[in-house]
Amino acid sequence: MNTKVKHNNLSPTGENPGRETGPIITVENLVKKFGSFTANDNLTFDVYRGEIFGFLGANGAGKTTALRILCGLSTPTSGEVKVAGFDIYRETEKIKKNIGYMSQKFSLYEDLTVAENIQLYAGIYGISPKKRKAKMTELLKKLELEGAKNKLIAGLPLGWKQKLAFSVAVFHEPKIVFLDEPTGGVDPITRRRFWDMIYEAASNGITVFVTTHYMDEAEYCDRVSIMDAGKIEALDTPAKLKEQYNAKNMDEVFIQIAR
Amino acid sequence: MKTILYILQKEFRQIFRNRTMLPMIFGVPLLQMLILVFAATFEMKQIDMVVVDKDLSAASRELVAKFEGVPFYHIAEAVQDETIGEKMLLNDKADVVLVIPVNFERNLVRNDKAQLQLLVNAIDGNTAQLIFAYSSRIISSFNQNLVAEWKGIPEFTPPALVKIAESYWYNSELDYKWYMAPGILAILVTIIGMFMSGMNLVREKEIGTIEQLNVTPVKKYQFIIGKLVPFWVIALFDLAFGLFIAWLVFDLPIVGSLWLLFGMAGVYLISVLGLGLFISTITETQQQVMFVSFFFMMIFILMGGIFTPVESMPHWAQMVDRLNPIFYFMKIMRMLILKGSGFFDFIEEFVSLSVLGLFFLSLAIWRYRKTA
Amino acid sequence: MKQLKSFIKKEFFHIFRDPRTMLILFGIPIAQLLIFGTVIKSEIRDVHIAIYDQSKDETTMQITNKLLSSGYFLLDENLGSTEGIEDIFKKGKVKEVVVFESNFGEKLIREGSAHVQLIADASDPNMARLVTSYTTGIINDYIRKLHPNLEMPMQIQPEVRMYFNEEMKSAYMFVPGTMALILMLISAMMTSISITREKEMGTMEILLVSPLKPGQIIVGKVLPYLILSIINAFVIVLIGRFVFGVPVTGSFILLMLETILFILMALCLGILISTVAKNQMVAMFFSMIALMLPTIILSGFIFPIENMPEILQWLSHIMPARWFISIIRGIMLKGTGLLFVWKETLILIGMTLFFVVASVKKFKIRLE
Repeated sequence: MNTKVKHNNLSPTGENPGRETGPIITVENLVKKFGSFTANDNLTFDVYRGEIFGFLGANGAGKTTALRILCGLSTPTSGEVKVAGFDIYRETEKIKKNIGYMSQKFSLYEDLTVAENIQLYAGIYGISPKKRKAKMTELLKKLELEGAKNKLIAGLPLGWKQKLAFSVAVFHEPKIVFLDEPTGGVDPITRRRFWDMIYEAASNGITVFVTTHYMDEAEYCDRVSIMDAGKIEALDTPAKLKEQYNAKNMDEVFIQIAR
Repeated sequence: MKTILYILQKEFRQIFRNRTMLPMIFGVPLLQMLILVFAATFEMKQIDMVVVDKDLSAASRELVAKFEGVPFYHIAEAVQDETIGEKMLLNDKADVVLVIPVNFERNLVRNDKAQLQLLVNAIDGNTAQLIFAYSSRIISSFNQNLVAEWKGIPEFTPPALVKIAESYWYNSELDYKWYMAPGILAILVTIIGMFMSGMNLVREKEIGTIEQLNVTPVKKYQFIIGKLVPFWVIALFDLAFGLFIAWLVFDLPIVGSLWLLFGMAGVYLISVLGLGLFISTITETQQQVMFVSFFFMMIFILMGGIFTPVESMPHWAQMVDRLNPIFYFMKIMRMLILKGSGFFDFIEEFVSLSVLGLFFLSLAIWRYRKTA
Repeated sequence: MKQLKSFIKKEFFHIFRDPRTMLILFGIPIAQLLIFGTVIKSEIRDVHIAIYDQSKDETTMQITNKLLSSGYFLLDENLGSTEGIEDIFKKGKVKEVVVFESNFGEKLIREGSAHVQLIADASDPNMARLVTSYTTGIINDYIRKLHPNLEMPMQIQPEVRMYFNEEMKSAYMFVPGTMALILMLISAMMTSISITREKEMGTMEILLVSPLKPGQIIVGKVLPYLILSIINAFVIVLIGRFVFGVPVTGSFILLMLETILFILMALCLGILISTVAKNQMVAMFFSMIALMLPTIILSGFIFPIENMPEILQWLSHIMPARWFISIIRGIMLKGTGLLFVWKETLILIGMTLFFVVASVKKFKIRLE
């Protein structure tokens, strides 16, 4: 049985005190078409500050497409999208200053060392060398990866790469961090540890937007949305969804929806 | 501003960490200078001749002897049957067959005219013409001597003779290597500028790390500078290294100003880099980059006057060459290196090169988008 | 067997679905042939010259006229002294300065000879030689025409027969060379890059774990390029024949067989490179520098091998393209058969075997 370390932004009923200040991501009627294929079909949802928001669905459902739009990597075909208070069409660069991102391929430079990767991204986000060095030492100590500081990413085991990629994504303390299928390919224990890191980030006020096709990870989120064939078929807390669909776990919820 | 420095730091680190990079940067210019420049020549070293002397007279023997006396004629065989000669042409064992027919001497004396045949392997038209020209000259010189000997008059000379003196400036030895070296260096610099920078960029696309950068506040121009500057530097360095080797190995002089040379190379590189960058924005894989770049590079090189002079090309080709950065660069390079031309001597070319450079670079920047 | 078929199908789709690569694959040989055929010429035309005429009498005027109306030369400037010569050369347009001495016509009649100096810009030595030789030819022709009745007794009249290429078309040189180059490009380079790509992307591992044997993987990767190369070779021969008039004098079948042999050799070479190269950039660079440029320069494609320094002539022996070009020239232009090219053929076979064995060895090592 997994023990969740609950972060303290969410009330027991799953409601976010941040709701009072308004959502940090608003999406209204988002449509994304590739030629005649509609990847995102009129998506509407909000994400609140400090939430861990899960974006679930099978492969090909459109999750990654939507996430990439929110990051400013892709332009919507139509619809209104605001991230961290900035409009996705006109203020994309401002959005980028306030977000972090971790992709499926982990995207650290394989031919650079841990320290060099951190140096690069810290520099890009304007963190001073002094601050960067201090944070890095702290980070590596916490992750128990001090010895890896000058090792090339290519030589590290997958689990370490994952942890590091995430840490680099939140190094500059962004308002929101977007995680695209971050836990692929590692064992359940490593996945669990990874989610501990996510909780910690959320408890520090970072909103987490994560896509995944692992249904058990849905349990770890504050709210989840389930996508199927480009549409959002369900959006609520895991508890309420299980109730609604009379399911024992999120897997069953999903099977019912995807049917 | 600082962002650019961080990006450059990352780029340089990645480039030099690539174990094959360093030997390539040093090895390639070395190889090219030593091998390619020495190989690329139209100067004839040796002509292999087969003599078919059916006359076996004093005159014919003297003629053969004359050919033997010329250093780069090598008499491979002396036979009686011309089919053997033809066979040797087929076999590539001979370049030319000299056929002296029966009654050669008799015809000369009795009829004042005698014929002989030169059978030349004409697959390489250039070489064939040269062989014919040299051989005819030898025969004609032999002819004059023969007349002088036999008719007892001094070398037959026409009543009016224009004495033509030839003098060759800037390359008095007519050393073809001096002509080829700047060309080969230009190719080297182009490969680094176009290919490597383009491939480097597409590589990031292919692997996916480009997304990580696209999500950051890194601006378009910062990313592009990061991708282009390292190769600009490496290319210039290689140019310097190559020139040094050329100077060392075959005394290539650099008459003009070195600063000007590198300045012009820098400007040239901008167009080449811009083009490489543009290609990378319209391709998805490194394979495609390679092929599209190769395609353009080949056309530019062939038409740019590296191997054959542009002035000999048909008019339409010369028009097309106005868009060819290599054309301008080659002109400037050769003028600078061999003749010591100054900036104002090639200001036209400089302007054209700059315009092209700005054009390609702008095209590339316009095409590159952080957002798809 | 079925797996192999579907794998091969996938490889084909991979290539044919990529319009850019297809365009380039067929575009390069065509472009190259066209350029070589129409653009690369070594004759001279409209060469800018300057004249420093110290006599300005009838004779020099006539000679000048003859030079300018030959179609080879264009008058850029009439110089007044030797001072301007350096500057005019530095500008880069003028290739030759013709200097007539003073009292030219008079001296020619009275003393029987007069002097002309040809100063050529030898930064392009080939051009310089051509220019002076054409100029000399025209001047001598002028002199000869002055005295048409004078004929030398005992004239030897050399008759020339140009074998294999009567009209001395340059196409005869470059069509075989282009074939070799393109086939090397497609077969060796593309194969090596394609295989290296799988390595780099990590998909090679997936293939190795599948029920496909390594040998089958290689065959699957290589087959599409084999077909493409054969098509390309065919196209080149066709263009050569119908656009440039390069015949296939010998046996067409033998030609295609030898071509297939060369392609196989290049494919194996590509495989060998891929076992050694770590990533695509390395494969490309290696192919380009170690294959492409030497093939162009050392194979006898453009520059005759006999003109090269000894060491390089030896070096060209290991260039497969050199042997292939020799074979093609033999079959296409000379009409020779296997009897004449068996030696080169054996060498190509030997090289192919060598590459195969080396690749297999390297491949096995990598797997361990």
